[in-house]
Amino acid sequence: MSASPLSAASADPAMKPGAEVVLRALKDQGVEVIFGYPGGAVLPIYDALFQQNHIRHILVRHEQAAVHAAEGYARSTGKVGVVLVTSGPGATNAVTGLVDALMDSIPIVCLTGQVPTHLIGNDAFQEADTTGITRPATKHNYLVKRSEDLAAVLHDAFHIARSGRPGPVVIDLPKDILIKPAPYTEPPKPGAPHRSYRPVLDPDPAAIREAVRLLKGARRPIIYTGGGVINAGPEASQLLTEFVRLTGMPCTNTLMGLGAFPASDPQFLGMLGMHGTYEANMAMWRCDVMLNIGARFDDRVTGRLDKFSPESKKIHADIDPSSINKNVKVEVPILGDAARVLRALIAAWKEDATPFSRAQIEPWWRQIDEWRAIRCLAFTQDMTPGAVIKPQHAVKRLFEITRETGREVIVSTEVGQHQMWAAQYIGFEKPNRWLTSGGLGTMGYGLPAAMGAQIAHPEALCIDVAGEASILMNIQEMGTLAQYRLPVKVFILNNEYMGMVRQWQELLHGGRYSESYSAALPDFVRLAEAFHAKGLRARSIEELDGVIREMIAHPGPVIADICVAKDENCFPMIPSGAAHNEMILGPDQEKNAARVTDEGKVLV
Amino acid sequence: MSGTDTRTATIAVLVENEAGVLARVIGLFSGRGYNIDSLTVAPVDAERRLSRITIVTSGTEMVIEQIKAQLDRLVPVHKVSDLTLEGPHLVRELALIKVIGRGEQRVEALRLADAFRARVVDATVESFVFEMTGDAEKIDAFLALMRPLGLAEVSRTGAVAIARGTRQIAP
Ligand SMILES: Cc1cc2nc3c(=O)[nH]c(=O)nc-3n(C[C@H](O)[C@H](O)[C@H](O)COP(=O)(O)OP(=O)(O)OC[C@H]3O[C@@H](n4cnc5c(N)ncnc54)[C@H](O)[C@@H]3O)c2cc1C
Ligand SMILES: Cc1ncc(C[n+]2csc(CCOP(=O)(O)OP(=O)(O)O)c2C)c(N)n1
Ligand SMILES: [Mg+2]
Repeated sequence: MSASPLSAASADPAMKPGAEVVLRALKDQGVEVIFGYPGGAVLPIYDALFQQNHIRHILVRHEQAAVHAAEGYARSTGKVGVVLVTSGPGATNAVTGLVDALMDSIPIVCLTGQVPTHLIGNDAFQEADTTGITRPATKHNYLVKRSEDLAAVLHDAFHIARSGRPGPVVIDLPKDILIKPAPYTEPPKPGAPHRSYRPVLDPDPAAIREAVRLLKGARRPIIYTGGGVINAGPEASQLLTEFVRLTGMPCTNTLMGLGAFPASDPQFLGMLGMHGTYEANMAMWRCDVMLNIGARFDDRVTGRLDKFSPESKKIHADIDPSSINKNVKVEVPILGDAARVLRALIAAWKEDATPFSRAQIEPWWRQIDEWRAIRCLAFTQDMTPGAVIKPQHAVKRLFEITRETGREVIVSTEVGQHQMWAAQYIGFEKPNRWLTSGGLGTMGYGLPAAMGAQIAHPEALCIDVAGEASILMNIQEMGTLAQYRLPVKVFILNNEYMGMVRQWQELLHGGRYSESYSAALPDFVRLAEAFHAKGLRARSIEELDGVIREMIAHPGPVIADICVAKDENCFPMIPSGAAHNEMILGPDQEKNAARVTDEGKVLV
Repeated sequence: MSGTDTRTATIAVLVENEAGVLARVIGLFSGRGYNIDSLTVAPVDAERRLSRITIVTSGTEMVIEQIKAQLDRLVPVHKVSDLTLEGPHLVRELALIKVIGRGEQRVEALRLADAFRARVVDATVESFVFEMTGDAEKIDAFLALMRPLGLAEVSRTGAVAIARGTRQIAP
C-alpha cells in the first residue's frame, strides 16, 4: 500500500475507512446482531466492531453455523440475518448455509472478506472466487471494487435480501476497500423504486375475482399454503386464518408453512406431502378447487406429478413468477405478496354476490372426517417401566410438557425422521416458531438455527429436536451456547441410526443397511458437560417426562439424550414416485413400498 | 402441461452493463439444463449502462415460460422480451467465412457469394473471406454450398434481433 489510507480518511471528514462505512450501513439498516468468524481479510471490520457498541457480534465456531444461526434469527424475527466471514475458507464454509437459505427463501446478507483488489485472480493467500462460487448459491451477489460503491451496495443488498421472494445475498469485500477511505451514502428512501428489481406485490383484481368465483363454486375445496405466507409476515398468517374461517374450507400447510394456520383449529388437516397426514393428502388428491398460497408444488408435496390432484382447478398465488407453472400447470395464476393476496381475497369474497353456503361443502367435510378417523398418526406406547421410548411419544410429550409451561416455544430441527416427527406431533399456533431446513435438508441446521433464534428471543424456550447423526454436524456450536449463556435445549431422538436413511434402505433397498448405523457415538451426557452444559439421558419410558421437565427447568444449555426405538419408521409415507392416494400408513403396508419402480427409486 | 411440443424462442434481455451479468445468465441456463442455441451480448446504452443479450433457445412452452421467468428474476435484468411470441421481428447474424481454393472452385465460390450477397472482405490468390449477414438459415445454406468449394473456417456472431415497426423494448 502506498500513502497511508487512514491519513487520507482524516483529510476529508466525510470519508471514513471502508470498514466503518460497512458498520454504519449495517446500523442504518437496523442490524443489531451479526454472526461471524474472523480472519485476515476481514480484520478491518473486526477492528471497527471493537470500537463501537451498536452491533453485537456473535462468535460462532464454524462459518456454516453462522449462516444457519442467521437463518434462525431471520426466520424467528422476520428481519434480515447478517453474517460476517473471512475470505477463502471462511466463504467456502458458508456456502452450505447460503444454499440452504436460498432454497428456503430466507433473507440473509453475508459479508465475505476478499484479498485486496490488486491481488484478485493471482491465487493469493486465502483467495477464492467467492462471487463465482456463490453465484448459484445466492439470490444475488456483489464484489465491491470501488470505494464509492461500498455504501450503496450494502443498502442494495439488504433491499434485495428482504424484498420480493427473500433470499441470501453475498457482498465480497476486498481488504483494501475496507481500509481505504470511502464516502457514506444514506439508504434510499423507503419505497424508492429499484433500478432493475421490482417484484409485483399487488395482485391483479381480475385474477382475484376469478379465484373467488372458482372457490365459491367449489364442492371439494382445499387451501394449501406454504413458506410464502410466513415470508409475508405475521399479518399474512392472521389474514389466512381469517380467510379460512370465513370460507369454512379445510386448510393444510407444507413443512415450511407450519404455524401460518393454528394447528389446533378444527379446519386444519395437518401437514401434507411425503410424510403428511392421510386426510391432507387425500383431500389434495380428491379436491375440485385448490388454492395454493405461497407454496411451490415441491416434489415432496406433489408426489407423482402426472397423478397429482387430477380433478382440481388450481389457483396459485406466489410472489415469484418462476414458481408459477413450474411443476404444476394452474388455471388461475396470481402474482403478488401473500398478505396482499389474502386481503384482496377476503374483500372479494365478501363483495362477490354469488351465494356460498357451508352446506355445499358439508359432504366434503364428512368425507374428510372419514379420512381423519383413520388416525394416521396414532401409535402405541408401552407405558410399563423399562419399556422402550417411541420417538413419536417422546416428541408428543415434549410438545405437551412445553405447552404446559405457557412459555413462548421455538422449535428447530435437524434433518431426518426426528424432523418429520417434530412436524407431525408438535402443533404450532403461530408463525415464526418453527425453524427447519426444508428445501436443502441440511443436517446440522438445527443447533445453530436454535442459537440464532435464542439470541433474538432471550426469554423463549428454544429447542432443537435432533437426531444423533445430524447433531454431530454442527456440535461445535455448543461452545457458542456456553460463551453467550444461551439456554438452547438439544433434544436428541437417539435411535443409533441415520433413521431416515435406514428407513429408505429397509423399504426400497432390501434392508441392506449400508453405512447407516451411527457407530462409535459419543456419550452425549459427557459431551454436554465438556461444553459446560447439562447432560441428561432417558433410557426408558419412565424416565422420559422427568428428563423433559428437568431440561426445561434448567436455566442453561442442555443436551437431552433420549434413547428411542431403533427400528421405528416414519409414517404415513408416500413412497417416491407414488401418488397421494398410494400412501403407506404403517408397518403393515410396508410391502407396498417394495412395488416402487426404478423410476420411483431414482427420485430423492 | 401443454404437451411435449417444443418451439424456438428468440429472447431479448436488457440488463445492467456490469461484471458478472453474463455469467449469471449462462449459469442459469447450464444450472437448470436449458438449451442455448445462440447467445450474443453487447452494450447498447452507455449513458444508462445497459447491455442487450439476445438468446435463441428451444423447449416446451412451459420450459420457455420458465426460462423467461427465471431470467426476469435475476436482479440486474431490466426487461425480458420473447420476440418470437410478441410478433414480427428481424433476426440477423453476421458471419465471416474463409474459403480456400484455386481455379474452377474459386470462381464458383465467388459466383455463389454474389448470389447470396456475401461481400468479399479479404482476398488472396488462393483464398477469400466473405462477410455475410442474414438469419441463421441463410448462413447455414451458404455454408453448405461452400463446403465442397474449400470452406476452411467460419466465425459467426450468433443472432441479434429486434421487433419490426414501432414496438420497442425499453427498461
Ligand atoms: C426429510 C424431509 C422430508 C420432507 N417431507 C416433506 C413433507 O412431507 N411435506 C412437505 O410439505 N415438505 C416436506 N419437506 C420439505 C420440502 O422439501 C420443501 O422444502 C417444502 O415442501 C417447500 O415448502 P413450500 O412449498 O411451502 O415452499 P417454500 O420453499 O417455503 O417456498 C415459498 C414459496 O412462496 C413464495 N413466496 C415467498 N415469499 C412470498 C410472499 N411474500 N408472498 C407470496 N409468496 C411468497 C416463494 O416464491 C416460493 O414459491 C421435507 C424435507 C425434508 C428434508
Ligand atoms: C449434510 C447432509 N448429509 C446427508 C444427508 C442425507 N440424510 C438425510 S437424513 C439422514 C440421517 C439423519 O440421521 P439422524 O440425524 O440420526 O436422524 P434420524 O433420521 O435418525 O431421526 C441423512 C444422512 C443430509 N440430509 N444432509
Ligand atoms: Mg438417528
